[in-house]
Amino acid sequence: MKTENTSTMQVVNSGLAKRYAKEKRFRMLGIGAVVISLLFLVILFSSIVGNGYTAFRQSVIVLDIHFDKQILDVSNLRSANYAKLVKDAMSGLFPDVTGRSDKRMLHRLVSSGAAFQLQKMIIKDPSLIGRTVEVRVPADDEVDMFIKGYIPRNVPESERRISDQQMAWIDRLVDSDRLERRFNTTFFTAGDSREPELSGIKGAVTGSFFTLLVTLVLSFPIGVAAAVYLEEFAPVNRWTDFVEVNINNLAAVPSIVFGLLGLAVFLNFFGFPRSAPLVGGMVLTLMTLPTIIIASRASLKSVPPSIREAALGIGASKLQTITHHVLPLAMPGMMTGTIIGMAQALGETAPLLMIGMVAFIVDIPGGITDPATVLPVQIYLWADSPERAFVERTSAAIMILLAFLILMNGTAVLLRRKFERRW
Amino acid sequence: MLKKTCIFAVATLLVGTAAGSSMAAGRDYISIVGSSTVYPFATTVAEQFGKTSKFKTPKIESTGSGGGMKLFCAGVGVDTPDITNASRRIKKSEFESCQKNGVKDIVEIKVGYDGIVVANAKSAPQLKLTRKELFLALAKQVPDPQGGEQLVANPYKTWKEVNSELPDTAIEVLGPPPTSGTRDAFVELVMEKGCSEYGFIKSLKKSDKSEFKAVCHTVREDGAYIEAGENDNLIVQKLEANPASLGIFGFSFLDQNTDKIQGSLVEGEAPTFENIADGKYPVSRPLYFYVKKAHVGVIPGMEEYLAEFTADRAWGEDGYLAEKGLIPAPAEERKSFAEAAKELAPLNM
Repeated sequence: MKTENTSTMQVVNSGLAKRYAKEKRFRMLGIGAVVISLLFLVILFSSIVGNGYTAFRQSVIVLDIHFDKQILDVSNLRSANYAKLVKDAMSGLFPDVTGRSDKRMLHRLVSSGAAFQLQKMIIKDPSLIGRTVEVRVPADDEVDMFIKGYIPRNVPESERRISDQQMAWIDRLVDSDRLERRFNTTFFTAGDSREPELSGIKGAVTGSFFTLLVTLVLSFPIGVAAAVYLEEFAPVNRWTDFVEVNINNLAAVPSIVFGLLGLAVFLNFFGFPRSAPLVGGMVLTLMTLPTIIIASRASLKSVPPSIREAALGIGASKLQTITHHVLPLAMPGMMTGTIIGMAQALGETAPLLMIGMVAFIVDIPGGITDPATVLPVQIYLWADSPERAFVERTSAAIMILLAFLILMNGTAVLLRRKFERRW
Repeated sequence: MLKKTCIFAVATLLVGTAAGSSMAAGRDYISIVGSSTVYPFATTVAEQFGKTSKFKTPKIESTGSGGGMKLFCAGVGVDTPDITNASRRIKKSEFESCQKNGVKDIVEIKVGYDGIVVANAKSAPQLKLTRKELFLALAKQVPDPQGGEQLVANPYKTWKEVNSELPDTAIEVLGPPPTSGTRDAFVELVMEKGCSEYGFIKSLKKSDKSEFKAVCHTVREDGAYIEAGENDNLIVQKLEANPASLGIFGFSFLDQNTDKIQGSLVEGEAPTFENIADGKYPVSRPLYFYVKKAHVGVIPGMEEYLAEFTADRAWGEDGYLAEKGLIPAPAEERKSFAEAAKELAPLNM
């Protein structure tokens, strides 16, 4: 008996070092995996931030605009030649520039949006007419790129989009403190534009907001109701098994398929408007429903049966048991599932392609039936634009999208930490 | 529970009002679809139009020329687009499908031209290519280098093998996928022209048209031609990273990146603004848009949009579209199309 015992101990002891080593190796592998994925994340983030942080600053030119009475009078405030005011101010700064083509080159340093900026100022405050005011107008995107160092100085003139002469003018503007870099508010207050210096994400963010609102309003009640019925009321038979299998299948369907469905059903059959957040939200609802149903069912399942039995035991009806006891306890889990589903919907472009939300839309949508686009689509459209200045704007828009995603996922984690009960 | 009922109520309300309003009211903005090549120009005009007129800014979807035609020809009514952009002329079959669906009068406007460039990184030497060489380098089947009139699977691995004056680097060309209009144009303007220089292939055109197309239009699939997706910016980046490779894309991307990349000479002509405008550079194609005449007067701002697009300050030689990389059409051509836009002269095919 004794010998047998020692031999067992011996066997255990002899293998012990090997088993510890095995565990150690496994741990190292695990840490390695985490480190590698973190490394990729860091590379991704640093490349995006490195490309995009400059987009939050924008070069502006300080011009002394004289709102000439000859050009402006009360009757033509909308249609006056505001571009001439800008050109006059620029020529005033560079009196030595003469000749048609030189002047054209000079005027090209200022964004074409400057004229519209002046127009807005005058319409807001007509008393400016006749006065000379210092106005900060956006510089052209190429000037901006040059100031930020994306257009190199030391290459032959034919290889850059800023000529030697323009370079000299820019240097003069910088030296006389006429060209400064300020926080880029346009980026947050404007819709899309073909001129990078005038483009912004407000249209896309508003579109995303409306789309997600529709998605939330539709998918949360439907998802929760479906989950409650399937978990609490539905009998277990082949029919409910079939439904369950299908819900799980839907969760794995590629999102473009939902877009095709949306095109066929919502647009062609029901005749909803193209490019509208309403339809976008409905399509994304189809996509997020399975996520919400599955998460909600899991959180309903995690409420212990003793709660239900206790409620039933003191005479509550089945409905009372669910609405008074089970649902409140399951709610944090359901919310988490919903937020994760929403975050997924926020980053989606493929289904929106089919229903016309991949489009150039300048006006900021005012409701769920106005044409709109969403943030990821805006990123896609900018990434495809030839102008160099859109590169940094693409990255900046990605940063905004990531910030929203982190915010949403962070809320989900917080909700879970704070309200989830464990039994 | 109360909260949930509230949400339900809001949901039904939202959907209800939305459905109601969209069915009843018309559309107060112009809806444009079509080619991704024309997209940068059309959007610029649309934005200008939205800012300077009292109308809303048109909505422009980038669906590709073919996709745009399909939507455009689906019928007449506010739920169909008013204008479609195309990087090629409307096909007979598309015109017929338009007619069949009640889109009777279509106005054709030629916007200008677009050059397709073959470019490489600045750090590599500039190449001088001919269309025949490009065909030999990129086709799936080429005439036997040993001579004779038979086709063999493309044996060329380096440019030097194609023409001894070219550098001794592996053939690696990044270009658009078959769904792209740029690819269609490249195949037609370069590959087909290049392969027609072989007499026996050219005679195929008469005897067996589909075989001719199969020979001339099929791009090799052994890795020398890399489909780089529709994103031309990506191709520019890849060219910079790999100076040995060439890229095929639209002129505007070359125009914006002249410090990073250079266009190869094709048939001895450099892809410059002037050469494309003169028609000297051989690889250029016209760009169009098509207008649904039935919508003019129904959708507000249609006439004004056409006027803006066809004004010299937009599509002229010094217009703002030239700034964006559009090659303007010759003055007489612009004049006749501006006339067509004004009088809405329908297209006959």
